[in-house]
Amino acid sequence: MRPEDILVPTPSGVCCKPGGFHIDPTRPVEKALITHGHSDHARAGHGAVLATQETLDIMRLRYGDNFAGSIQAVRYGEIVKLGGATASFHPAGHVLGSAQIRVECNGLRVVASGDYKNVADPTCTQFELVPCDVFITEATFGLPVFRHHDAAGEIGKLLRSVELFLERAHLVGAYSLGKAQRVIAMLRAAGHDQPIYIHGAMETITRYYQSRTIDLGRVELVRGANKAELCGRIVICPPSAISDLWSRRFPDPVVAFASGWMRVRARARQRGVTLPLVISDHADWDGLTATITATGASEVWVTHGQEDALLHWCRAKSLKARPLDIVGYGDEEDAAAQAEAEA
Amino acid sequence: MNRFAELLDRLAYEPGRNAKLRLIADYLRRTPDPERGWALAALTGALTFKHAKAGMIRGLIAERTDPALFSLSYDYVGDLSETVALMWPLDPNQKSGSAPTLTEVVQTLSTLGKAQLPAKIARWLDGLDETGRWALLKLVTGGLRIGVSARLAKTAVASLGNQPPDEIEILWPGLQAPYLDLFAWLEGRAERPSTRDPAPFRPPMLAHAAEKSDLARLDAADYLAEWKWDGIRVQAVAGRDQHGELVARLYSRTGEEISKSFPDLLALLRLPCAIDGELLIMREARVQSFNVLQQRLNRKSVTSKLLAEFPAHLRAYDLLAEEDEDLRDRPFATRRERLQALITRLSDPRIDISPLISFKNWSDLTAARADPASAGAGVDADAVEGIMVKRRDAPYVPGRPRGPWWKWKRDPMIIDAVLMYAQRGHGKRSSYYSDYTFGVWSKRDSGEELVPVGKAYFGFTDEELVQIDRFVRRNTVDRFGPVREVVHEPKSGLVLEVAFEGLQRSTRHKSGIAMRFPRINRLRWDKPPAEADRLETLESLLTQREHATMPTVGGGNV
Ligand SMILES: [Zn+2]
Ligand SMILES: [Zn+2]
Repeated sequence: MRPEDILVPTPSGVCCKPGGFHIDPTRPVEKALITHGHSDHARAGHGAVLATQETLDIMRLRYGDNFAGSIQAVRYGEIVKLGGATASFHPAGHVLGSAQIRVECNGLRVVASGDYKNVADPTCTQFELVPCDVFITEATFGLPVFRHHDAAGEIGKLLRSVELFLERAHLVGAYSLGKAQRVIAMLRAAGHDQPIYIHGAMETITRYYQSRTIDLGRVELVRGANKAELCGRIVICPPSAISDLWSRRFPDPVVAFASGWMRVRARARQRGVTLPLVISDHADWDGLTATITATGASEVWVTHGQEDALLHWCRAKSLKARPLDIVGYGDEEDAAAQAEAEA
Repeated sequence: MNRFAELLDRLAYEPGRNAKLRLIADYLRRTPDPERGWALAALTGALTFKHAKAGMIRGLIAERTDPALFSLSYDYVGDLSETVALMWPLDPNQKSGSAPTLTEVVQTLSTLGKAQLPAKIARWLDGLDETGRWALLKLVTGGLRIGVSARLAKTAVASLGNQPPDEIEILWPGLQAPYLDLFAWLEGRAERPSTRDPAPFRPPMLAHAAEKSDLARLDAADYLAEWKWDGIRVQAVAGRDQHGELVARLYSRTGEEISKSFPDLLALLRLPCAIDGELLIMREARVQSFNVLQQRLNRKSVTSKLLAEFPAHLRAYDLLAEEDEDLRDRPFATRRERLQALITRLSDPRIDISPLISFKNWSDLTAARADPASAGAGVDADAVEGIMVKRRDAPYVPGRPRGPWWKWKRDPMIIDAVLMYAQRGHGKRSSYYSDYTFGVWSKRDSGEELVPVGKAYFGFTDEELVQIDRFVRRNTVDRFGPVREVVHEPKSGLVLEVAFEGLQRSTRHKSGIAMRFPRINRLRWDKPPAEADRLETLESLLTQREHATMPTVGGGNV
């Protein structure tokens, strides 16, 4: 049996014919297995959705109660039989509830990793290595220049700036789901005990993280705060809010942005950021290549991002490699901006 | 080195001057000697070692990475040092704490032979993080551009001891990296370093900008007036060292030494003195426009051809010291007499005294300002930027004291242009579209078209900024990253009244013309874009100027 007989890449996502389901489809389908709650992977309107409890909760918060015909929560490691295949969910370390999906059929093992990172994150379960024959990987940071290095060091940089510019608010752009909460949790881990302020757009999801017993300390809304109160504070907001009229309530903010893209100066400068923070929820180049090697897979499919370099690397290591060209996956932020535009 | 790299990294992104000062001062305060001294030397451009070539860096990375991956990466990043810094493979055997100090880097580079350089740089790169590697590569290849002037770095170091920056300028020529004596003094651990510099810089006296109403309140009889020349302000200093040898130096207004670029001016300083004056280019006894001076400033190497083609001239207006005598507390009128006598003794065509404008009352001066050519400036009138009004009895006071000196600029040139593109600002202005590209009409093959002629990001009030920002957001027709193209049609668009100080030819601009100090003077909401100015208007302004200043120069295709 060939891998393509188990999972068929289509422009709207990978489809498992023997199991009768799609993984992270970008168009409505009968049965969808969803890796995580980011809007480019988790869309509304499917017949049935199987995902972790957290991913289902996040989809409900985002799309309302009727986001799917039916839902089924699956625990990490639980094996679900679907038609002629079995599927199981394993921690991807990307955001709360994120999973890699392992599909097995006639002894052939395929892992669709969704988005993942193989470094510690206090807000979600640590990435689990799942041995397989075919590994489907993202390539958001699939160029050797993306080395995310030490996220704690970046948090240190932010805190040193707060200490030096005591009277200025520090505005930190961060994606609403995952990054914002991770930055807050890491600030807490570094000993920052002042209230942290958030933009209204990330309130629901942040409160949800807190309800899942993730300790974020005192988190306040910018909306309720007066100007004087915000001086010297750390404020987390969606990246798009930085250039928005919204940011004008801060008299002279230090503008930071927490993202793997900040590794490249031209990208940081283009955004008008004064304090780029290299903190990413995706694996960096070393993470991607180490993970691919460790899975023992002999074949690699690349879904989205900077595929060329990663495909080249795989082939140089004598691994079979192909791009999937799925339309609609991308940067969380682009997806969020698109969703805003559509709404 | 990693901490110095973190400082450079922050400075590279930080647009605000005050924030930069605080970052540098904070670094200097927290970093021990001699590391901080070498950092100060790097920031002030005082490090001198032979730079590594880009080819060597390419060689290092080629030995360590797959060429296809390198080329994809370089394509994406666009900067060699940055690409190499990011791609540099980690050495798993490297122990932490093996990062080189800046001191080690600087000292090694000044002694190491060329053959050992690649291996040394590779070892350092192994020990540094991404930012550290970037800073190291920029440093060793001489590509360190972080938007910090020597003056800013000196201001930051001065703040360590609550000293005025000019104090550092005075000491600077006598100091040497890593400046242990300077830091010791600033931190109150030692006496002020003695300055035995025979030709020191003296902080300059600056003028306040005047309106006619400022002058009306003053008694014209108390003042002298001279032309304000459109060159660069310099201080030409000569003094004898301990062996009795004459040492001559030329400084910019901010105290940076520019002697190397003007050997022709240094040669005229044959007597001990400190002259404050304007550096100009003089051809056949006529002062050339600033454009011509700019061309000399743009050339990197000073060749005899350059000296012949662009002869430098010092138009003196003040004398701060002569022999061992400090003249700064004497009245201006007295200093001028001494200056005149000195120039007579020097008797050199490359130096003259800036002539006085004769006037009895302010309306005489108003007339002179409106028509310098008839008021004594003659053929040099086009190099006149305005008028300097100085109190006869004023001593020479460093800084910008209010009252003794006024500068009264000529009215700027003005055109009406159409807003074409707007870019988001930085820092405080990052939520505003505050950088504007504007254009004027020109007939092209495709018909009437707006050609961009300049960019401006100041001149408007806070309230006008809000208005323009709103206009930009509501009238966007396209976006490219942080830039928005706004509507600019004959019947819809925003007309900006742009003021500027001069024009010059430029190959970098599509229009072929570049403006000096353009700024937004007024918003012309009342004017339809079709009525904005045309490129021909600028062309004719430019030709007038060129003909007025250079009628006899051969090959004058400047
Ligand atoms: Zn994601
Ligand atoms: Zn994704």
